[in-house]
Amino acid sequence: MNRFFAFISKEFRHILRDRRTLMILFGMPIAQVLLFGFVLTNDLKDAPIAVMDQSGDVESTALTNRLLSSGYFRQTDTVATIDALEGAFRRGNIKLAVVFPPSFGQDLARSGQANVQLIGDASDPNVATTLINYAQAIVLAYQNERLQQGFSAPIRVETRMLYNPELKSVFGFVPGVMTLILMLVAAMMTSITIAREKEMGTMEVLLVSPLRPIQIILGKASPYLALTVFNALIVVLLGIYVFGMPMNGSILLLAFESILYMLVALSLGIFISTKAADQQQAMFISALGLMMPTVLLSGFIFPRESMPLPLQVIGALIPATWYNKIIKGVMIKGVGLESLWLPTGILVLMALVFIGLSVRNFKDRLE
Amino acid sequence: MEIEVVSLSKSFKEVQALKNICFSVASGELFGVIGPDGAGKTTLFRLLATLLKPDEGYIRVRGLDTVLDYRAIRNGIGYMPGKFSLYQDLSIEENLHFFADVFGADMKKNYELIAPIYRQIAPFKDRRAGALSGGMKQKLALCCALIHRPSVLLLDEPGTGVDPVSRKEFWEMLALLKKQGLTILVSTPNMDEAALCDRVALLQQGRVVAIDRPSAIIERYPYPLFAVRSKEMHRLIMDLREWEPVQGCYGFGEYAHLSLHTASRRPSEIAAYLEQCGHEAVEIKSIAPGIEDCYIAFEQQA
Amino acid sequence: MGNVIQVQALTRTFGDFTAVNKISFEVRQGEIFGFLGANGAGKTTALKMLTGLLMPSSGTALVAGYDVARYPEEVKRTIGYMSQRFSLYEDLTVRENIRFFGGIYGLSTSQLREKTAQVIEQLGLEQQAGLLVRSLPLGWRQKLAFAVAQIHEPKVVFLDEPTSGVDPLTRRQFWEGIYEASARGITLMVTTHYMEEAEYCHRISIMVDGRIDALDTPAALRQQFKAVDMDEVFRKLARPDQPVGHVD
Repeated sequence: MNRFFAFISKEFRHILRDRRTLMILFGMPIAQVLLFGFVLTNDLKDAPIAVMDQSGDVESTALTNRLLSSGYFRQTDTVATIDALEGAFRRGNIKLAVVFPPSFGQDLARSGQANVQLIGDASDPNVATTLINYAQAIVLAYQNERLQQGFSAPIRVETRMLYNPELKSVFGFVPGVMTLILMLVAAMMTSITIAREKEMGTMEVLLVSPLRPIQIILGKASPYLALTVFNALIVVLLGIYVFGMPMNGSILLLAFESILYMLVALSLGIFISTKAADQQQAMFISALGLMMPTVLLSGFIFPRESMPLPLQVIGALIPATWYNKIIKGVMIKGVGLESLWLPTGILVLMALVFIGLSVRNFKDRLE
Repeated sequence: MEIEVVSLSKSFKEVQALKNICFSVASGELFGVIGPDGAGKTTLFRLLATLLKPDEGYIRVRGLDTVLDYRAIRNGIGYMPGKFSLYQDLSIEENLHFFADVFGADMKKNYELIAPIYRQIAPFKDRRAGALSGGMKQKLALCCALIHRPSVLLLDEPGTGVDPVSRKEFWEMLALLKKQGLTILVSTPNMDEAALCDRVALLQQGRVVAIDRPSAIIERYPYPLFAVRSKEMHRLIMDLREWEPVQGCYGFGEYAHLSLHTASRRPSEIAAYLEQCGHEAVEIKSIAPGIEDCYIAFEQQA
Repeated sequence: MGNVIQVQALTRTFGDFTAVNKISFEVRQGEIFGFLGANGAGKTTALKMLTGLLMPSSGTALVAGYDVARYPEEVKRTIGYMSQRFSLYEDLTVRENIRFFGGIYGLSTSQLREKTAQVIEQLGLEQQAGLLVRSLPLGWRQKLAFAVAQIHEPKVVFLDEPTSGVDPLTRRQFWEGIYEASARGITLMVTTHYMEEAEYCHRISIMVDGRIDALDTPAALRQQFKAVDMDEVFRKLARPDQPVGHVD
């Protein structure tokens, strides 16, 4: 028994003296509980919506207030025209639109019935369904109140699911998977290859050669870029032909955006490799620093709008978040660059920043 | 002077790897850095190869500073960092071509420099480097370090993991290269390899305890030295250490090396003492010290 | 003074490849036996079999009376082992290492206390007892590892390249420790690539391609191969067809 306890006490010492193990044992659970606690919710709140009140009467205003004070919705856009509304949807700025016809109040007063239109962005079918349900419930509650007050005007709700009328769940899922896979291959693999060179010791010899850091970096990344392009093609084809994803937008634009995203992922991978001393560290940092945030915070499974602000901010720093928007925009909504200039611009910025940082950090000495 | 090292010091966290190292190497010299593991050899070579920056002091290679002009230096040196300088999953030929291309070397023009070495492994040119024996890896690594015709060759413990026969062949190849005018610095923990160098620096725990031609270092050995043996070697060593005139007594294979404080004792007196202690088949002869004897003497002083 | 190690036609194959080919030898109690051979000659495999880590394919080996094939656990308990690659835990202190290894070899608490103090005193490590092993110079680490390998007073100690890379002075101090152990009746089996250290052994064997091609005292081998030193014996054995020191 003595020898067994001797072994246990040794193991305790190893653990307590290894900072990395301690971080995993204590830091990670705490971080994960907090993260999952805040993120893992299917309840939506503060969803960005637009209200197009073409009537502007007492009733429509009252109903609008009711919607906006429910906590589920947040008005981010005031739109006056259908074009503006469509533009907001295309850019991905709003998830739901409430449209009151010009004669809303009058209809209620005169004919005892009025329509209100709820338009949901069904490129994320779950979110759209949930939001429409919330809105419908609020409208119904308002209607019942009025009934009790003696009015007998039912408010008919017309719903429309944009981009994905059949509410195929695949639409929400496949883009996210594409994002994840490309990040995985491009970033993780690149980080590992440079770390491996360091681990094997051949890095020393490369450094002493006339090769400049930027050449080593791009040289290391290029094969992976080529392979990732191939990978991306397969993923897209699978998405379209096996899972029935639409391809409503320009193929060229999709290609361009995907390559841009891969560049960002690659430069992220390189940046990680400049920080990691060996392959194990590189994998570890990639998994914790890239994969987890991408899965949790990019909005592909859990809606970002429901997260507390700090997490939303972090989510905004993740390239996957923007690429997700872009894929949905190009493939599902069929929009062009004019609606996607913001996320595209952000990705370009990220690529430049990470490539710059990588080159700067890539030491051409051993320390 | 092809290489000048002046007041060089380097520390890593708590450990001082090198302290106040000074030496220079002339063009065309075969210079050995001799010391056991942990003496600071690899740190010194990384500093020479411009891969590390000194904490104090400086290094000049062909007049260029290793910190300020490191790029220019890198083009003119060939660096072989011990066991790990080859791509295991590339073949012999692919490795050589890679390093040639990276250094912008003209393979045809420079081939004659590496020919005597490469010829020995050329029959296996398609074999992956990972599947080579230690000796063959060593030859390949040397070719890759030479292919761009550097003027300075830095070889950090090139003999690690290589069988003794191949190691001996390696030193013969270095002698040939020296004739071609290369300046070669080699580090090794094997004291006997010091004799194969023009000059050596003995490194002990980060300090240089001697720099000179091996023969000159040996000449400066301060004690009279004998090789002694008897039937019971361990007891022999213990008994001799008890004897007052003895400065040191250490095993050297078949014999023990005995150093006395002064030259005033003759071999017959040593023999008498040993017989007194009951030793049989006593054999004593006066010998010239080797580098290892000198190294131990320095260690004792520390 | 019996035979502590008895090896008879010991063989180990891996598929088609025969790593150890019918080797036979005996080691007496208190003997310092040098087990030499080039890399890949089969030394490591043979050693693994003798220390109970690998099953023989055929043949027998008795270590301290136990058949390595039938009682490997008992073998492990009666032997000490120290290798160049691993000997002590670098992130534990000197004292913790001694206590740990003593503990897993079944020493009681009082024995542990006694032994720990003894080892620290014998090595002169009073000042360093509370330091992490990684801050000790290599030579000291090896000496400590050797002491730890003997902590449970084993009958046989296997040393796998124990002095690799260690400075000349400490290397000799280490061998003095080996002699002292031998004088106390411990049998030691040592592998080394320092040919001069082969001379310190009572007898040595040299493995070539899985076989033992030489087995005798160093002096007898030098005579047999008409060699000046063990280096030459080794070279003549390892590459019998090659003239020594010839380059194209």
